[in-house]
Amino acid sequence: MKPLTYERASDPAAAVALVAGNPGAAYLAGGTNLVDHLKLGVAAPELLVDVSRLPLDDVEVLGGGGLRVGAAVRNSDLAAHPVVRRSYPVLAQALLAGASGQIRNVATTAGNLLQRTRCVYFQDVTTPCNKREPGTGCSALEGVSRSHAVLGASDECVATHPSDLAVALAALDAAVVVLGPGGERRVRMADFHRLPGDEPERDTTLEHGDLVTAVEVPALPFARRSAYRKVRDRASYAFALVSVAAALDVTDGPVRDVRLALGGVAHKPWRATVAEERLRGGPATEDAFRAAAAAELEAARPLPGNGFKVPLARNTIIATLRDLTGGAR
Amino acid sequence: MHETTITVTVDGEPRTVTVDSRTTLLDALRDRLGVISPKKGCDHGQCGACTVLLDGRRTLSCLKLAVAEDGGEVVTAAGLADGGDLHRMQQAFIDHDGLQCGYCTPGQICSAVGMLEEARAGHPSHATADLGADVVLTDDEIRERMSGNLCRCGAYVNIVAAIREVAGEGSVR
Repeated sequence: MKPLTYERASDPAAAVALVAGNPGAAYLAGGTNLVDHLKLGVAAPELLVDVSRLPLDDVEVLGGGGLRVGAAVRNSDLAAHPVVRRSYPVLAQALLAGASGQIRNVATTAGNLLQRTRCVYFQDVTTPCNKREPGTGCSALEGVSRSHAVLGASDECVATHPSDLAVALAALDAAVVVLGPGGERRVRMADFHRLPGDEPERDTTLEHGDLVTAVEVPALPFARRSAYRKVRDRASYAFALVSVAAALDVTDGPVRDVRLALGGVAHKPWRATVAEERLRGGPATEDAFRAAAAAELEAARPLPGNGFKVPLARNTIIATLRDLTGGAR
Repeated sequence: MHETTITVTVDGEPRTVTVDSRTTLLDALRDRLGVISPKKGCDHGQCGACTVLLDGRRTLSCLKLAVAEDGGEVVTAAGLADGGDLHRMQQAFIDHDGLQCGYCTPGQICSAVGMLEEARAGHPSHATADLGADVVLTDDEIRERMSGNLCRCGAYVNIVAAIREVAGEGSVR
């Protein structure tokens, strides 16, 4: 581990100034991913700016029904929030499906979105990896690719984004509030994480120095009927092979509206817009769910080790939507 | 400035130590302060052996930088005892034979104590079917909530029994 300097930020603007002005600086919040990366040699900042004690730890219920979640709100507190549990079950379930009790107690909202892939090659500094060290090659292409992407990957990188929370937020059309050297802006979840393309070292569209200060979840009354379903190698404390975040607006007739996003399949939370388009206005039947899932997954390009993810994603979409329909009155 | 002097309350005692910024809370406790109750298992946040209560919450001390916890309060499994009187969770682990080699036990006990507080505060888990209902600590709930603590001897059945007993008694203390 390289020597590093630690500073506790006094306010968000001061934190941004410190990090933006130093290419070797990084933010530290919960640290559950970053401290591990320091040990592994995946990250080697010379300055850590601690933002965990900034006053960004409130969950505010907005007048119109949405939520403004402070960047430093811990995963366990957000999952336990009564409004999240009642109005956005997909959000609570996604948070509770992630990590362990100890980690959720520390991991923050922003840190969860900014955690990095668990690709074994990315985390092993003895192997080539374009995300960790651009230009060295991708070890997963002809290596162990069981956990890797089937959608939106490139020849440079086939890593998946590990967050469960991000998948739920993508389905809910949340916005990330970002404070940069030039002021504050909002970035839609759809535009926050990116596909690898030829710049796999960039997980998000943020620039160096940008600080996430909050996540805004818009009002979505039909999200009361929503769910997060995660498929993994063991029942708890494992990353998703495939996950589905869904919200369904249906009573007796056709699907009025639907939100669908996939995790574990791409470099970013995969908003399933093709499937959504197919489902809207159509019948809420298993056949329709199957056809919509198949249409979404037509773009899938599995690797030698992860072909199972395509039928797994299809079946998980069907099962999640079917469960939500089962709750219909 | 790569070194900082911090003060952390450990098991009720204020302790002051100068640490390199890279030092984890776990290493500061064990190597600098001689507090060897929390154990180093994987050192990557995967096993739970280093679990302590940090400012009242169960936390992995291997994933915390000590310098960031200046002013914090740490309670280790050893600090749960009241002098010679064992904490009820410690006694329950003994009564139910909830260990074999014992290496994971301090982390298991801190995690169990923290977990019961979370459950009493109404926090749901992945095993909670109805997010709006009161938490009932079934065995499935205990297993899910304790999934961050590995026991390679496989004492899980007895660990669940120990926690179930304390959970059924009301308050943790």
